[in-house]
Amino acid sequence: MKGFAELYRRLDSTRRTNARLEALRDHFRAVDPADGAWALHYLLGRRGRRVVGSRQMRAWVAKHGGQPEWLVDECYDAVGDLAETVALLAPGRGDEGEAHGLSLAEVIEERVLALRDLDDAAREELVVATWRRFDLLERLLYVKLITGGFRVGVSRGLVARALAELAGTDQATMAHRLAGRWEPEPAAFVRLMAGDAAGDDPLRPYPFFLASPVPESVSDLGAARDFVAEWKWDGIRVQAVRRGEGHLLWSRGEDVIDAAFPEISAAIAELPPGTVLDGELLAWRDGAPLPFHSLQRRLQRKSVGAKLRQDVPVRMIAYDLLEFGGQDWRERPLEQRQARLREVLEALGRPEVAVAEVVDAERWEALAELRAESRARGVEGLMLKRRGSPYRAGRTRGDWWKWKVEPFTVDAVLVYAQRGHGRRASLYTDYTFAVHGDDGELVPVAKAYSGLSDAEIRKVDAFVRRNITERFGPVRAVTPELVFELAFEGIQPSPRHKAGLALRFPRMARWRHDKTVAEADSLASLRELLAREAGAR
Amino acid sequence: MCHQVTGRGGAKRSIRLSGSRVFPHPLPDLVHTTPEGLACPLGNFHVDPWRPVDLAVITHAHADHARAGSRAYLTTPEGAPLLRRRVQNGAVIETLAYGERRRIGAVTVSLHPAGHVLGSAQVRIEHASGTWVVAGDYKTAPDPTCAGIEPVACDVFVTESTFGLPVFGWPRESELIAEILAWWEGNRAAGRTSLLCAYPLGKAQRLLAGIGGRALGPIAVHGAVHKLNEAYAEAGVALPEAEYASPEVTKRIRGEGLVIAPPSAHGTPWVRKFGEVSTGFASGWMRLRGTRRRRNFDRGFVVSDHADWDGLLQTIAAAGAERVLVTHGYVEPLVRYLNEESGIRAEALATGFEGEGGAEATGPEEEALA
Ligand SMILES: [Zn+2]
Ligand SMILES: [Zn+2]
Repeated sequence: MKGFAELYRRLDSTRRTNARLEALRDHFRAVDPADGAWALHYLLGRRGRRVVGSRQMRAWVAKHGGQPEWLVDECYDAVGDLAETVALLAPGRGDEGEAHGLSLAEVIEERVLALRDLDDAAREELVVATWRRFDLLERLLYVKLITGGFRVGVSRGLVARALAELAGTDQATMAHRLAGRWEPEPAAFVRLMAGDAAGDDPLRPYPFFLASPVPESVSDLGAARDFVAEWKWDGIRVQAVRRGEGHLLWSRGEDVIDAAFPEISAAIAELPPGTVLDGELLAWRDGAPLPFHSLQRRLQRKSVGAKLRQDVPVRMIAYDLLEFGGQDWRERPLEQRQARLREVLEALGRPEVAVAEVVDAERWEALAELRAESRARGVEGLMLKRRGSPYRAGRTRGDWWKWKVEPFTVDAVLVYAQRGHGRRASLYTDYTFAVHGDDGELVPVAKAYSGLSDAEIRKVDAFVRRNITERFGPVRAVTPELVFELAFEGIQPSPRHKAGLALRFPRMARWRHDKTVAEADSLASLRELLAREAGAR
Repeated sequence: MCHQVTGRGGAKRSIRLSGSRVFPHPLPDLVHTTPEGLACPLGNFHVDPWRPVDLAVITHAHADHARAGSRAYLTTPEGAPLLRRRVQNGAVIETLAYGERRRIGAVTVSLHPAGHVLGSAQVRIEHASGTWVVAGDYKTAPDPTCAGIEPVACDVFVTESTFGLPVFGWPRESELIAEILAWWEGNRAAGRTSLLCAYPLGKAQRLLAGIGGRALGPIAVHGAVHKLNEAYAEAGVALPEAEYASPEVTKRIRGEGLVIAPPSAHGTPWVRKFGEVSTGFASGWMRLRGTRRRRNFDRGFVVSDHADWDGLLQTIAAAGAERVLVTHGYVEPLVRYLNEESGIRAEALATGFEGEGGAEATGPEEEALA
């Protein structure tokens, strides 16, 4: 546990790639396989199960830390992170902890997973006893493990790089190996590090290749004819893996999502063994995509009934072929992969899996005109893929670019603020914005917490603190005075919201110091936009 | 700690509910907020005013308490040289030694150690209607560079609440210094200069004194710290050798020395002169991971010249006041806690200066450095 805490502390305290890499190498070089497997499990962002709810955690820390519950809540509000709040308020000498000698695997198996089989009183006893033995950081990690909220801000690529160096293999191979289904057990860790492929998941996906946003001017990329253009779909990125007797549909978060999309899963089953497709999953009807919120209804379903399948039909638009005939095709040139992909899908003959259409144009001007039609087509813009390029891994810049349409914008008024989390805890960084309603009242339309510089955030934070008019739990109502231009990607009806509509991916584009509240936009204008967008589809 | 009670005020009497801001009045609040700051109308002076006034009684020389422009100032002899640096030359600075009583208008004023920084004082105001203490900033942890806090009994106690939540608890001084030395040692082994950022008035000297004779190598200080070290030396505070970081000194200590600088130096070209550095930040806010990460220092050291939660409760209890006014920080939680958990009548004292606590990034820069 101490070793894992030290790794966490080092990763947490620096953003320098080399220092982080060094921390990972130092940790995994000498780690016990049982601990290594668990550490890797969590570093890769694999899900932990929530064993104890946060309500209960707060009640326990109040009781045993000797504070009233409202004060625990005030602390949580100021700290911005429940696990840290609990660590700071728990009983015992957290500044020192104890030389307990418990390993990470022991903690997880005997003090986290074991909680599931205990009754409430026994759980409370075990958790509190553990707090007493741990120092602050160990407590924080322990609470995160119990509440299922464990995250480490480290990329999969970096983890793969560090492990590859230790295992004496290359990063791509390690990334591929890590991507499969493996259980956090010592044997799996030994296999990963030994480079023995025997225990690999036969249905593991390849690491996804991610596009970068085009630079300021698209012509900086070179000539348009050096690229193949495709529409950029607004769905979820998937890889369809068909090997041996099996097949799986993987999302980019490396979750298996066959259960939510049985019709796609059935189509993939008919691919020839040794085939892997990369593409986008969309809600689709009558030859056109449905808005993203339709697709959301099917995501994360354990099973999908006939009614939902009928309401939200889906389709996979495949645009790359990563494996064919059991061979890794990723190093082959783009055009060759695309041509074979078309043949494969033609032979498959299933409408649920369609091939991505190539957008033909020789010059940037022509592509720009086509891109301008994106909204009407229900796409986000264009993808530009360099001719002759291989299929790379991760966010390698240079070959794949996304050229999105300009976002919509609205001028809205800051009306509520809440403290942020993590790095921004204790600053008011999460804002709610409103526009003018029909009767002149301000109606909230969006929450946003990104887009401002640190200096601007500090200024808004100062404004919030001095202009609080009301408090509702952690939320502060502020005097409506600041106007911001919000950028957003889409608009959709939403009966849950007072405004009757919701914005997609809203963020602060800039602070409109030049605008007064009276000059902010109205709900009527957003409704018009909603109607226009619905009509365009 | 020994709770010496200094000059207990007149017999306890029931004090009417607050909110009476009318003057003259049979039993007015001795002190209340005005646009100029905390005013004592019966004495015709202000405590730590933020606008120019006739007579400013100054608890200590930090920028958020001592502002230029007033006609005359009253502070402790130890604090006077530090205050002199904040106000223009023409201003009158009178001094009042700790414990000495002075009649001002209809009240009697005395100053008592607050343990915050050199010369810091709690202001005790005595009148037939009751005794008030405006504590200013204070801490209970030991500090070799200033007089330790002395609890002052009173009827009404005005307290700060910068760290008024139980998540704020300071590690022991010995642990802190050991941690700093271990960090320095590691940096030295790796050939890095250790750049420790701390508020130049008080915190820097306290860290230097804490390191004392245990320095692992040469220590240099930024100009802002150097000037104040001189003032501390004049006041007879023993500090270890710490040279001004001139170009020659910089060259000499690179890769092995410890440099103490204000946080504003972090990330500026000035730092580059030291070659490869590891940066540390000494502040009570470093208790929270969020602030630690946001500030982008390699290391955070938890140390403050303000009281932690336990220190606040201890000091408030020792004052034995029947009414506590809370200002500056996590006002609401502390007020509620005192009323509901400690059985002490407490209210918020509006400062009109900042709406809410935890003003890590909003208050004067000093607040961020607490
Ligand atoms: Zn101060
Ligand atoms: Zn202060």
